[in-house]
Amino acid sequence: MTPEPIETAASPANITHHILSVLVENKAGVLARIAGLFARRGFNIYSLAVAPAEIHERFSRITIVVDADSAPLEQIVGQLNKLVNVVDITDLSPTDAIERELLLATITTNVDVQTNLMEVIARANAAIVDVDAHAVTVALAATPQACDDFERTLAGFSQVELHRTGRVALPRLGRPANPLAE
Amino acid sequence: MELTGAQALIKSLEMCGVETIFGLPGGAILPVYDPLIDSPIRHILVRHEQGAGHMAEGYALATGKPGVAMVTSGPGATNIVTPIANAHMDSTPLVVITGQVPTSSIGSDAFQECDITGITMGITKHNFLLQSAQDIPRVVAAAFHIATTGRPGPVLVDIPKDVAQSTMTWWWPETIEELDLPGYQPTVSVNTQDAKDAADLIAAASRPVLYVGGGTLKSQATAELLAFAERTNIPVVTTLMARGAFPDSHVQHLGMPGMHGMYTAVMAMQRSDLLISLGARFDDRVTGRLDGFAPEAKIIHVDIDAAEFNKIRRADVTLQSNVRDAIEALDAALVTPPDLASWWTTLRDWQERYPLAYDEPENKGLLRPQAVVEAIYERSAPGTIVAAGVGQHQMWAAQHWKYESAGTWINSGGAGTMGFGVPAGIGAKVGRPDATVWVIDGDGCFQMTAQELVTARSEGIPIKVAILNNAYLGMVRQWQEMFYEERYSEVYLSPDLPDYVKWAEAMGCVGLRATTPEEMRAAIDTANTINDVPVVIDFRTDSSEKVFPMVPSGASNDGIVVHHSQRDPS
Repeated sequence: MTPEPIETAASPANITHHILSVLVENKAGVLARIAGLFARRGFNIYSLAVAPAEIHERFSRITIVVDADSAPLEQIVGQLNKLVNVVDITDLSPTDAIERELLLATITTNVDVQTNLMEVIARANAAIVDVDAHAVTVALAATPQACDDFERTLAGFSQVELHRTGRVALPRLGRPANPLAE
Repeated sequence: MELTGAQALIKSLEMCGVETIFGLPGGAILPVYDPLIDSPIRHILVRHEQGAGHMAEGYALATGKPGVAMVTSGPGATNIVTPIANAHMDSTPLVVITGQVPTSSIGSDAFQECDITGITMGITKHNFLLQSAQDIPRVVAAAFHIATTGRPGPVLVDIPKDVAQSTMTWWWPETIEELDLPGYQPTVSVNTQDAKDAADLIAAASRPVLYVGGGTLKSQATAELLAFAERTNIPVVTTLMARGAFPDSHVQHLGMPGMHGMYTAVMAMQRSDLLISLGARFDDRVTGRLDGFAPEAKIIHVDIDAAEFNKIRRADVTLQSNVRDAIEALDAALVTPPDLASWWTTLRDWQERYPLAYDEPENKGLLRPQAVVEAIYERSAPGTIVAAGVGQHQMWAAQHWKYESAGTWINSGGAGTMGFGVPAGIGAKVGRPDATVWVIDGDGCFQMTAQELVTARSEGIPIKVAILNNAYLGMVRQWQEMFYEERYSEVYLSPDLPDYVKWAEAMGCVGLRATTPEEMRAAIDTANTINDVPVVIDFRTDSSEKVFPMVPSGASNDGIVVHHSQRDPS
């Protein structure tokens, strides 16, 4: 029996989304300030990733995929830029950005599905990162679209767990990002 | 020089030019109150922390300088949350110092602990939780820098008790760079091309209006506004936050727009073909129903805060700048002002047909509240400062008083905080002791913060309070009368309970009561001669009086309801 494919929450492919790459001071509470701002102004976050920034340890980079249907992008950026700890905001339009996301999934293995599963993993260029007698954990670092596709395919198997990171992005070479605020 | 954190905090406040702190001590802030004894800073001991916050706001609004309040942790801090929210809505520069439990106790639900930086995150321009005493000079200087530059606002500094008690080596940041605020660049300059585009719109307009908001007062642009208005002959409206930014006596002034604005001010905006917004933010009380607001108007939007652009109403030209620089740029870019003769004919016709109106006082035992406001205005010195609470009395004070200069109208606009009047009036009087300060208050508002008159009496701050006592939460009563079929729900307060005269006397003030026009004039004159203690006058007013004009909530401004004497008989 093949389970029905899982319907995922409205993916960025279905909404007007923008990727904001936000450089912030690495201070206590800065994530709460950003999350609080989005909550109280009714802006929707699709995904969010935080990591120390490349330039200096005192900064972090937050990559926020925002739903630009929930509020005009200009308003989101304008309000975000008023936060004192926000140093720089770059709007990466999906067509001008390289986006990557990491997907980890643990799948139950048995003789019936094993061959099929190995094919799916190979076709997606995913990697097997952990394995035991009953299950296998696979990893895929790819575009959000490829992660979506892979997730849909995996829905046909018996999943134990599936996690995605939310995307990170950089401007495409030769297409300078739009610096919205400094 | 080795100092304790507490000494460094007080010294830092002195370095920032602080002359007055409004506050109330408690456990966590105790160390800071000790060096205060040796400081030249005047501390005003309030009776409730909300009073400290509103006093600091009144001080800031009357002087243009940042107001400073200091309270303890936990309930002391939460009691000042309302003034912080109020200052945030009205862009008032405030620095609030709160005590905090020792660093090692944070997060343990310690006695009088609360996460005040978390609570005020959404209602401050920024806030700080101090981590080390060495950081105190930088954080205090940064707090004042942030509170007073760009779009002003409240900044909170939370100081844990152990940070106040530990020692530091004194230093003082001499440059902006040392404040270490890489994400804060408040300085903007007018884009010349935008100014030219705006000037082109002005030159081509036939029905322009200068829509003057609180940002005009914040950027001290009243002289530039007057010159530009007179050069261009463009009519002026001043919002509730901008009363006093343009003289009410000026022939080009149409008055206040909005829900309870002057008919001509409201309709001038509705029929305008160009609104020049100067530090205003298209608040819902001004626009009425948005899709019916000023349908033919192009918009020039001047604001220091770029996030205001296109938030409510899409602008044709935006100028990110303080209002003063923007007016100067517009003035330089504008070659020939438009001919507005026909526009003025329309406006003068409206002014003649729809002046501010209320029924003349009948001798039936109660005063008309509007007449009380007018009588105080006529019998008080020019330049008198008026502070108001929130409600009907606030609207009458905004409508019936003639404001001629900046800092003479102190009120709670965006937040609509009842009880603002008495403490804000005290703060204004502290900031400008030579000015007469009248608080025009409602009976509902007065009961919320009247205890601060004890502060006023003990600190020698002789304000005058006019209670327009109509025995009701009057504005709510007005809405229930007009929109809820006169079903009055929980709005009656009683004219006699409390006895306002006795209450005033118990607080060390002079208490007077006036029921007739003669008593009204006598009481005002008596109050104006008393300059050593606060005076409270209980004016018994007619509870059936309503504020007109009125744009009903949810209606377009075209649906403005005028006084019954001006309504079309059909």
